[in-house]
Formats: sequence, structure tokens, C-alpha cells
Amino acid sequence: MIADQLPALQIVIPMLAAPLCVLVKRSNACWAIALVANVLVVINAFALLHQVRTDGVIRYALGGWAAPTGIEYYVDTMNAIMLLLVSFISCVTLVFAYTSVKKTVVTGKHYLFYAAWMLCLTGLLGISITGDAFNVFVFLEISSLATYMLLAFGSDRRALTASFRYLIMGSVGASFILIGIGFLYAATGALNMVDLAQRIPDAESQRAVLVAFSFLTIGLMIKAAVFPLHGWLANAYQHAPIAVTAFLAGTATKVSLYVLLRFFFSIFGPNYSFGAMLLNVVLLPAAIVGFLLLSLVAIFQTDLRRMLAYSSVAQIGYIVAAFCLATQSGLTAGIVHIINHGIIKTALFMSVGCIIYRVGHAHIGSLDNLMKKMPLTVTAFIISGLGLIGVPLTVGFISKFSLIGASLERGWWMVGALVLVSSLFAIVYVGRVVEIMVFRSSRTDTPEPTGMREAPMSMLVPMYVLIGISLWFGISGSTTLSVASEAAAALLGGYQ
Amino acid sequence: MQVLGLYNYWVVIILMMAGLYILIARYNLIKKMIGLGVFQTSIFYLYITMGKVQGGTAPILADGIEQYSNPLPHVLILTAIVVGVATTAVALALIVRIYEEFDTIEEDEIKAIESAEQDS
Repeated sequence: MIADQLPALQIVIPMLAAPLCVLVKRSNACWAIALVANVLVVINAFALLHQVRTDGVIRYALGGWAAPTGIEYYVDTMNAIMLLLVSFISCVTLVFAYTSVKKTVVTGKHYLFYAAWMLCLTGLLGISITGDAFNVFVFLEISSLATYMLLAFGSDRRALTASFRYLIMGSVGASFILIGIGFLYAATGALNMVDLAQRIPDAESQRAVLVAFSFLTIGLMIKAAVFPLHGWLANAYQHAPIAVTAFLAGTATKVSLYVLLRFFFSIFGPNYSFGAMLLNVVLLPAAIVGFLLLSLVAIFQTDLRRMLAYSSVAQIGYIVAAFCLATQSGLTAGIVHIINHGIIKTALFMSVGCIIYRVGHAHIGSLDNLMKKMPLTVTAFIISGLGLIGVPLTVGFISKFSLIGASLERGWWMVGALVLVSSLFAIVYVGRVVEIMVFRSSRTDTPEPTGMREAPMSMLVPMYVLIGISLWFGISGSTTLSVASEAAAALLGGYQ
Repeated sequence: MQVLGLYNYWVVIILMMAGLYILIARYNLIKKMIGLGVFQTSIFYLYITMGKVQGGTAPILADGIEQYSNPLPHVLILTAIVVGVATTAVALALIVRIYEEFDTIEEDEIKAIESAEQDS
């Protein structure tokens, strides 16, 4: 029955779409293939989420080989959320990419672009679904290699160096994860996550487990761009093709955060990670300094993409701070923010994409009076910008409210207060851009650039779809909150 | 004698640190890749050492073979080697493109060119 094969289809569909794109080679046809595959994957993820919520955890043995011998896909609510988020954001940005890729990527290379996109999607979905620690590394590298390629498609030559720097950082991060998994295997003799979780309590006293834990933490922090290790992110986001930036901003770092969550909570268990390991002492300060400092840095950026990139690092800081609370409500807040930030940051980068498509650049200073020329794009930017700040009725409010609530519940009121302070910075950096775009009139000495009109519909529609969803989640936050709290409960409860 | 007995692990550590150092300290992009290669190789070595059983032979299903090395780490490392080769290939391709665009593969010179571009 096809309903039993959903976990495998989730990976197989995009993986087959990639070589198909390379064979077909025609730009439009490749886009169509990628989109069809992506829509199927979204439906599949939806079905999986439904299945998991009604029937409980799915354990799928690939090729019929049971867990210790074969690789197992393990799907609980947390995985299903990530699968749905990643595939949905990829789908929407793929629609958006159609027009913008035509303009920015060299003609004749489009088929490779879409093939790399599908491979990246395969990798990200694979990381989210797999129940095998070594498999995480393999999928991580699949997605990373495809990402390096996607980044290098940028029209600016600095895209190449940004991609190379990310390659160096990313490979070091992935190698650290590989070392960590190796030590875990040496200490426990297991690679399956469920087995690992069972055997670690007995092996806890071994130094190998401690070493594994440290390597995994550092490796995942690089991959997720947690504060002191975020150096690769700003350049990569700034110079990549904007559709790729929108895709990665919503998915890549979020998936790494999911792996962090999986390892800390499901495998090592919160008592080891946050009790014995005192991870709070390392991770929480990094997260707090991250969201304060990077929000401040974002204020002084002259390029819109760079500003949003730094803001992304700050938002990752919120998510990690929420994880550090290690309580049911803290995890819920973190997971909700993964979803919400994925949606709004993608929408923001899409609106920047529309601006770049028409204006040709994203220098904040020369975007004056854009409201008159591109009202729909600017409105989208403002709505999702408000979401970033966390104004009531937007998704940002739901996640910040639950984060502050969770930190008060844990008794760490300082964390809540600092979140508020950094929200003030967010008001400044978003407000500054909005002020220029809406209220500052055009400089009279420069000639009016020609061809300034609203972005094409194929870019506006996917952007407004995301904004519609973010508003819906903002006004009725109960949907996301209930799903996220189920996921948090599953993570804290450990493997069944 | 325990320190000498862990000879393989000492090699792993030395290779790992040497690789990481080259990666960080060298500005030449090709040398960086060499560093990354050494670093990754040290990890392969770590896994293979882990799988070795003293006095064990190759894991073959045949009569007379009682003790054999754990094949799983070897298989894992085959995968990791493939990943490493792919990473190196992508990186070298990127370096070729960087050389075409910047006419240099020294990172400090590239940085100088880039910062000059940002000002204009």
C-alpha cells in the first residue's frame, strides 16, 4: 500500500527529479519537473504529518532491513513538522524562482540550477526524516554540496568566494559531526538513534561520549550559524541568487537546528545535555549575545540582504535560547519560532527579490520612495517586517510571547527582558528601511529610472501566499502552538 | 606502554591538527583544500582504527574464521570518502571559477579586491 511507503517517497521523489532535470535540459521543462516533484513532496509531507498525529510514530525500515542492520526512517511529530516546513517553503520559492532565475542565472545553466535545487531539497528532507546518525551526515553533505553549487550561481563574482568560504566552514562543521558520530559509535556500538538513546545512559561515564558530544555541538553550531560561528552566513546570503537565499533562509539553518534538537534531547537526553553537560553555560550566553549583538549589527548594514542575514542569525539566537530552557514550554516556543521565522524570513527575502528584480540592487539608502512605485512589494515587506519585530497579530508575536512566557516560567526573567531589548533593535532596523521606502521622497537630482513598476505576478503570488499563511498563524496561533507542543512533548519524552 | 599502544590515535590527532592548521593559516585556496583533505583523511583513519580487532582477519563468511574486524566502520568510511571526493571536486571547480574572475587564488588578494569593490 502506498500509504505505508510515504517515508521513502518523501526522499525518492525529489532525488529522482534531479537527474531527470539534467537529462531534459530545457529550462522551462526542468522547472516544471522540479515543481511537480515538489508539490508531490508537500502533499506527501502533509499526509505524513496527518498519519503521525493520528496513528503515532512511524518507523520505516528501508528495503525491509530492520533497524540495527538497515537504515531506519523515524517519523514523529517533530520530523513531520520539519518535512512539511522544508518542502512547503521549497515549493513556494520554486514558483518564485521561475522569473528571477531567468534574469540572474546564465542561460543554458538553468537545468543544473534546478537539479541542484532538487538535490538540496533531498538532503534537507533526508536529514529531517532519518533515524540513523550516520545517515544524517550523508544527507547533510548532499544538501551542503548542492548548496555550494546553488550559491555559486549568483551573478556577482563575490558569490564564488562566498560559496568557497561556506564550503570550507561547512566541510569543517560536517567533519566535526562525523567525528562526533564516530566517537558515539565507538562508545555504544550503535548508529540507530533509538538504540543510541537507549545505550548512552550506560556509556555516559566514558570520555568518548563527552568528546562526541562536544564535536557534535560545535559542528551543528557551525551548520546552524549559531552566534560565534555564523561568519559564513552573511556573505552567502548576500551574493547568492535571491531565490536561493529565500529558500535557504527558511530551511537550511532550521534543519540544522532540528538536528541539534534531536541530538540534545532525543539521543543524549535533556538531563545529560543540559544537566550534566552544563550546556546552558555555553549555549545560552552564545544565543543571548547572538541575538543582541547581531540585531545591533543589522541596524548598520547598507545592503538589505545583509541586514536580513544578520537578523537571521539573531533569530537563530532566540530559537537556541528557547531550547536552552529545556522545558516543555521552552521547546514549544523554539519549535514555533522555527516555523514562524522560516515563513517570514522567506517572505522578506522574496520581497527583496522583487525589489532587486526591478531596481537592480538592494542598497537601502537608494530605495527612497519605493512605496509609490512598487506598493505591493513594499506592503509585503512591511507586513513581514512587523512579523520580524513581533507586533501583535503577526506570527512573530506568537513566538516571542511564548518565548518570554517560557523564560519567566523557568524563572529566567533576564532572558525575557533581553529578548524585549533586542526586539527594540529590530524595530530600529526594520523601521529604518520602511522609513526610507515609504516616507522619504525621491531625490530630485537623480533622473527617474525607467521601467519602475510592480514586480511580476509570478513573484508576487508566492510571496503573498506566505504572507497570508503568516497572518493566519499570527491571528490563530493555536494551530502551530498545539502541533509544536506535541513535538516538544515527543522530544522531551524520548524515544518510545 | 599504553601511550605507545594508542599509536594509531596519535597519528589521527597529529593529522587532524595539521590539517586544521593548514586550513586556517594558509591563504592559498589550493593549500586550504589540501588542509581540508588531510583533516578529512584523519577522520577516515579514526574510523578504520576503531573497526580493527587485534588478530582479526577480513570479515568473510567461511570456515575457520573466528575473529574478524568490524566491517561497519569500513563501509561508513567508504561513504565518507565518496563525500570527501565530491567536496574536493566542487571546491576545485569553484577555485577555477575564482581564478577566472579574480586572477588570483590568494585569499588576502581576493579580500583586497572585494573590499575595493564594496567601496565603489
